[in-house]
Amino acid sequence: MPSSSTPAIRFTNVSRHFGEVKAVDEISLDILDGEFFTLLGPSGSGKTTCLRMLAGFDQPTTGSILLHGRDVTGLPPYERDVNTVFQDYALFPHMSVGENVAYGLMIRQVPKAEREKRVEEVLELVRLPGFARRRPSQLSGGQRQRVALARALINNPRVLLLDEPLGALDFKLRQQMQIELKAIQKRVGITFVFVTHDQEEALTMSDRIAVFDHGQIEQVGTPAELYEHPATAFVAGFVGVSNLVNGPVAQAITGSPTMFSIRPEKIHLTDPSAPMPEDSYCVEGHVREVIYLGMYTRYLVELKGGGELTVMEQNLHTTSMDVLAAQGRTVRLTWRHDHVRLIPEKAR
Amino acid sequence: MATDSLAPARRSNFSRLATFLYQHPRVALALLLGPPLLWLGVVYLGALLTLVAQSFFHLDAYSGKIVRELTLATYADLLSQAENYRIVIRTAGMAAAVTLGAVVIAFPLAYFMTRYASPRLRALLYLAVLLPLWSNYLVRVFAWKIILAKEGIFGWFINLLHLGWALDALLKIPLIGGPSLANSMIGMFLVFLYVWLPYMILPVQAALERLPRSLLEASGDLGAKPYQTFRYVILPLVFPGVVAGSIFTFSLTLGDFIIPEAFGTSEFFIGRAVYVYQGTSGNLPLAAAFTLIPIVIMGIYLYLAKRLGAFEAL
Amino acid sequence: MKRSRLARSNSRRHAPLALILSSVGAILFLNLPFLVVILYSLTTDERTYSFPLPGITLKWFGEAMTRAQLWDSVWLSMRVALGATVVAIILGTLAAMAVNNSRFFGRETVSFLVVLPIALPGIVTGIALRSAISLMDIPFSFWTIVIGHATFCIVTVYNNVIARLRRTSGSLIEASMDLGANTFQTFRYVVLPNIITALLAGGMLSFALSFDEIIVTTFTAGHQETLPIWILTQLTRPRERPLTNVVAVLVVVIMAIPILLANRLTQEGAGTSTPGE
Repeated sequence: MPSSSTPAIRFTNVSRHFGEVKAVDEISLDILDGEFFTLLGPSGSGKTTCLRMLAGFDQPTTGSILLHGRDVTGLPPYERDVNTVFQDYALFPHMSVGENVAYGLMIRQVPKAEREKRVEEVLELVRLPGFARRRPSQLSGGQRQRVALARALINNPRVLLLDEPLGALDFKLRQQMQIELKAIQKRVGITFVFVTHDQEEALTMSDRIAVFDHGQIEQVGTPAELYEHPATAFVAGFVGVSNLVNGPVAQAITGSPTMFSIRPEKIHLTDPSAPMPEDSYCVEGHVREVIYLGMYTRYLVELKGGGELTVMEQNLHTTSMDVLAAQGRTVRLTWRHDHVRLIPEKAR
Repeated sequence: MATDSLAPARRSNFSRLATFLYQHPRVALALLLGPPLLWLGVVYLGALLTLVAQSFFHLDAYSGKIVRELTLATYADLLSQAENYRIVIRTAGMAAAVTLGAVVIAFPLAYFMTRYASPRLRALLYLAVLLPLWSNYLVRVFAWKIILAKEGIFGWFINLLHLGWALDALLKIPLIGGPSLANSMIGMFLVFLYVWLPYMILPVQAALERLPRSLLEASGDLGAKPYQTFRYVILPLVFPGVVAGSIFTFSLTLGDFIIPEAFGTSEFFIGRAVYVYQGTSGNLPLAAAFTLIPIVIMGIYLYLAKRLGAFEAL
Repeated sequence: MKRSRLARSNSRRHAPLALILSSVGAILFLNLPFLVVILYSLTTDERTYSFPLPGITLKWFGEAMTRAQLWDSVWLSMRVALGATVVAIILGTLAAMAVNNSRFFGRETVSFLVVLPIALPGIVTGIALRSAISLMDIPFSFWTIVIGHATFCIVTVYNNVIARLRRTSGSLIEASMDLGANTFQTFRYVVLPNIITALLAGGMLSFALSFDEIIVTTFTAGHQETLPIWILTQLTRPRERPLTNVVAVLVVVIMAIPILLANRLTQEGAGTSTPGE
């Protein structure tokens, strides 16, 4: 990932209030040049509002936004070197695909011949060659999305904003588009700022992710960092699935009541009589429920001292018969010390 | 391709103005809203205000000129003559009758259009209602002058059915009769009904259309017979639409002066009285004062209609 | 047993006979009178409305073509309608855009104010305008007629444009600005093409409304005689009756064109403004 000294985007203490509601609450963030950066969070967490403030459709109540060192707070969208791919694609219905894509160039009065050439080039890039004459109403959802992308990219923006662009696509198409988008970003080399509520999507595509909750950023990091070292309970629960244990149950296992997080796939299910592994925590319980999911199995285990843990194991050697027989059995759960993540109390 | 970045759009004067308006949305709003609001405020509201003002002026009986001093003399004039009360009651009565008649005729048609007509037939019927609505009002009134003429179609038809005696008897009834059909309350009623009927059909039809099918099915599922469904489900829910339509039929009848003049007897209706006062008598203050009466009536009517939920139906 | 009841309420084919008859009656009641007008434009009888017609002739159509006074009225009505429509289009579109784009205090008041001239009885608008004009000692002229007409024509354009604006996705405007177009450019390249058919439809309805108007016109005209005023004089003091019928037929037929066109235009614009799936 190339990075220069000036971040592509810098939010400094940005807030957006709607009356009493703090949609965005004192956000500070640096996004580096050329990276694929994702704003991840549930609905209403403020991620879309941040994107809109970047694009210029919304103005921060306080704070400043710098684009490549230039303060753009207050500038209208058409004076920022930023382009957006909208959630509903926003293709102009009265124009053809080619006219849609060339719109930005037409506004800047690029001569017609050059416009047409560049339209064809960018349509090739998004794998819609020769679509210039068609109309948006004739296209499928996936195709419209690509036209929206082409329309934004043709202007060579230094930053591309994508507002949950894959939300309306069906599962297989989404996966395919995720790979394509990532490939395009690598090829074109510009900064992508991507908004989504789907943590798996974020993990697939991003160089770095900012996790949002209630208008604030919980944590910024690479996918691995977020998954393996979640800083708060929210991140642990939102990015991937996790067990969160605190209080007396935690005390019984680790000797301290501090909350900790342990990923379900890091827990091993063994017979109570099996030898104890080194450098591991263990706890006994019985299997309350077995959920067979083909590739892996999910076990809900009720602990002896109270509480419950979810365990996930790949069915490498086991069949469904083997697995379902585990129901009701007494088991021992073990996991390594270094797979435990302590979650400190949030300072508010 | 990544480093070839286009410069921001040229800063023309237009662009600067556009940015200014973008950053000051209130100014932009004022520019957009200003002209229409100014026009409506000055021309229309201003005119209404002068109407009220005029009603407080007075026509000097000797000079025939309007004295522009505030006085209640004109209102005293208006309220002291019993004839004026008769005029108002007569007009309001006709308006009510026309409204009722319109509901009776409009409802079956609207019901048929919504519940039984195929989409194509419905579009056709819609057009059949819309075209008369948008046709020239005068032509439509004029048509009935022809139809109701003593020697005309209607009369010929009555004679064909040997019902001439019935028509004569009808015309002799004191309040609603008259010398001939073309100059009677009955005739006027028919013309009013014809002219305003589409205004009742459209809101009622819209209200029926908004009625979800599933409500009727649920009613049937719970054991109601068709007429019960009609009485307990359809009627209450369509009522606001009926009230909305009635606003038009009532208001339009209240203010009309052409139909009473063309089909009336010598008895005045509000519209005619106003027209005559400001015309031949030149008594604009009295005409203005008289005009305030239908405004007040409609104000009360609209208030009641709002309470009954008619404005959501419009 | 439940199923058959449901089936009955769903059925489209079994409308009760009484309902069909009253519906047909209503439609005939609404549309036959005009056929009568057409019929009487062909009669040879010029002094009464007797039925059956004594004779059929087309001479009145020819007569109508030659009457200068008649064509003066037509021409005046057209100029008034044009003037009123231009004003109505400008003011109606501005108001529609203002109400649609901003969330300001008193939005409903604006809608109410726009509708008021057409909602209040014509006589109120007429007398109000007349008293205002006479109070300011302005002479009654072509322009006073236009001003009166424009005021109640605004609403037709306003309703059409605002309905279309509401159906247009707001992200189109954001997309246009995002791609580099300022407010004016966005209006020219994105907003206007999307509302143009609604604007024209409103304009045509406004033209028809103004052309046919009689009540407010009688109060705001001086010695000018628009076509409806001409017809009105024929109504109360009829002379060559079939001639009036001919004019009536022509007026309705010709004015039907913009109305039908407006209807078509409002249908066309629907359904193309929602991108994405």
